[in-house]
Amino acid sequence: MGNVLIVVEQAEGQLRTASLSAVTFGKKMAETTGGKLSLLVIGSGVDKVAAEAANLGAADVTFVDDGALKNYLAETYAPIVVKAAQEKGVSVVGVTATAFGKDLMPRVAALLDAGMAADVVAIVAANKFRRPMLAGNVIAEIEVVTPIVCATIRQTEFAPAQAAGAASPVAKMDAGPIDAKGAEFVSLAAAKSDRPELTEAKVVISGGRGMRESKNFDELAKLADLVGGAMGASRAACDAGMVPNDLQVGQTGKVVAPKLYVAVAISGAIQHLAGMKGSKVIVAVNKDPEAPIFQVADYGLVTTWEKALPELMTEIGKLKAAQR
Amino acid sequence: MKILVTAKRVPDPEQKVKLKGAVLDVSAVNWQLNQFDEYAVETALRLTENASSTGAGARAPEDQVIVCGIGPKDVQQQLRQTLAMGADKAILVDGADDALDADVVARTLQKIVEKEKPDLVLMGKLAADSESNDAGQRLAGLLGWPQATFACTVEITDGGKALSVGREVDAGMETKKVRLPAVVTVDLRIVAPHAVKNGKTASDHAYAEGPRYASLKGIMAAKKKTIEETTLAALGVTPTLKVKTIALEAPPARKAGIKVQSVEELVQKLHNEAKVL
Repeated sequence: MGNVLIVVEQAEGQLRTASLSAVTFGKKMAETTGGKLSLLVIGSGVDKVAAEAANLGAADVTFVDDGALKNYLAETYAPIVVKAAQEKGVSVVGVTATAFGKDLMPRVAALLDAGMAADVVAIVAANKFRRPMLAGNVIAEIEVVTPIVCATIRQTEFAPAQAAGAASPVAKMDAGPIDAKGAEFVSLAAAKSDRPELTEAKVVISGGRGMRESKNFDELAKLADLVGGAMGASRAACDAGMVPNDLQVGQTGKVVAPKLYVAVAISGAIQHLAGMKGSKVIVAVNKDPEAPIFQVADYGLVTTWEKALPELMTEIGKLKAAQR
Repeated sequence: MKILVTAKRVPDPEQKVKLKGAVLDVSAVNWQLNQFDEYAVETALRLTENASSTGAGARAPEDQVIVCGIGPKDVQQQLRQTLAMGADKAILVDGADDALDADVVARTLQKIVEKEKPDLVLMGKLAADSESNDAGQRLAGLLGWPQATFACTVEITDGGKALSVGREVDAGMETKKVRLPAVVTVDLRIVAPHAVKNGKTASDHAYAEGPRYASLKGIMAAKKKTIEETTLAALGVTPTLKVKTIALEAPPARKAGIKVQSVEELVQKLHNEAKVL
C-alpha cells in the first residue's frame, strides 16, 4: 500500500514543534495504509533539523538543502514536495496546518492533481477524514477520491510525536530546478516574546475588547507569566490595536487547545470560540452575565477584569507558595 | 491593472447552524457574500482608484475590477452587491454548491483567467462555510503564478509590474514580493485605513476602516452593469469531485459549566477539581 510523506517545518534551522503533530498523523496514516512513513525537511543548512527529525520514529528522513531555499516560498518548496512524493511513491502527503502548511499544501495538491483534506481533526480511513466547518459548528466527514491524498493537520488534535529509540536513516535529495516564479521573500518582522508559543502553551490567558487599551494587557501578561502561560487576544482587541495580530485566537487567528484557557473580558463571538473550544478547561471572566463566552466556560466568574486580575495574582501566588 | 476578484456566497456566520440529518438545513439560511471576498473586492477597488478625501475617484480605462462567482442563479444578488460597491463587471458560472470542491473551483477560475487575462487575481483567504483555505493556492499552482496568501497589506511596486504584500504568518508579518500576474488572498487587516497603496491615491490617504457600503448612486449604476452568465460545460470544466462530503454532524457539546462566586473559589476549583493549576 501507499507510503506517507510528512513535511517537517523549520524556521532558521530549528524544527518547529508544531510539525510534531503532523508526524503523529503520519504514523497513524502509515498504520492505516500499511505503508511506511517518510519525513521531508526543506531549507538551507538544515542537516541538523534532519538529524533531529530522524529521532521521531519514521522509516526515513529526506532533506533538501540549498542556499536558494533559505527562506520559505510556496513557489520553490511545492515542486520539491511533489518530487519527494513521487520518488517515495506516496499515497498521503501531510503537513501541520500552520501558516506555512496552509500556504504550501494546496499548491502541492494542485501540482499533484490531488484532492486535499484541510484542517484534519481525525482519521476515519486511509482517505476519509473529519474536519471542522462553519467556525467549528459542524464536523464534516469527507472522502478524498484521488490516488494521492493531501492533508493539512490541526495541531491541537494530534499529540506531538515523541523521540523514538533508533534513528531513522537520513538521505539528501537533489532540489531539482528551483524557480521562484517571480516571487521573492523580502523580510520577516518577527514578534519576539519570552512566553511560550500560543499554540503550544499549556495555559493561555486571553484578553478581549473589554480590556479597553494596550497598557491594560500588561496586567494580563503578569498573570500569564505567573502561570508560565502564553498571552492571547480576541479579534476585537487585535483590530483595536491593543496587541499585535499574531496573538489573535479564533477562526481567523490561531487555534489553541491548552489545558487551561482563561478568557478575560472576551464576550465570546462565534469566530473566537472556533479557536479555543477544544481547550480542556475554559474559564471566563466577564462583567456581563449574559456574555456568550459563559456558554462554553467550565467556570464562569461575573466581575470586572480590574477586580479579578489582582485577586487572581494573589490567590494563584498563594497556591504556588503552598506547592513549593 | 485588470483585477479578477472571486465572490462566494456563504450562510450568515451569525446565524445558528442547523442540520437536517447529515446535511446542512439551508431552508432558513440567510446567504451573504463571504466576508473575506468582500474584503478582496474592497482591496481591488483601492488598488485601482485614485481616492481622495472627497471620495473614490474615477478609474483609468485600463484599470478594471471584474468579479467572478460560481454557484446557483441566486449568487447574482451577491454579485450585484459587488457591482454596487464599484466593480465594473461580473461573471456568474452556473454550478450547484454540492457540485463544487476547491479543485473544480480552481480549474474553473483558471479558465476564466485564460479568457479575461487579468494582471491579478484577488480572493478571500477562506470561505466562511467550508473553511478550506485552498482555492487560491491551487489556482496559483495550476497557473504557475506566484502567490501571496493571508495578505494584510499590499502595495503596487516596480511601476505596476509587481506587488509588495505583507502576510500574516505565525511568527509575525512577512513581506513577500510577487511579480504580476499573481494570486493574492486577503486576510482581515487588508481593510485597515492604510493597508493598500497603489501609487495614485495619496500614500497618506486614510480609508474608512472596513469595506465600503454601496452608495445609492452605486446601486443605481450597478443595475446597468453586466453580469455575464456561463456554465462549467461552456468553459470546458468537468465537474469531477476530488473531495466528497459524506456527512455533517454537530460537534460534541461541552458540558454545562458553573458560575463561581469569587476568585478564591475559582482558584480552589481549578486546583482541586479541574487539577489544572
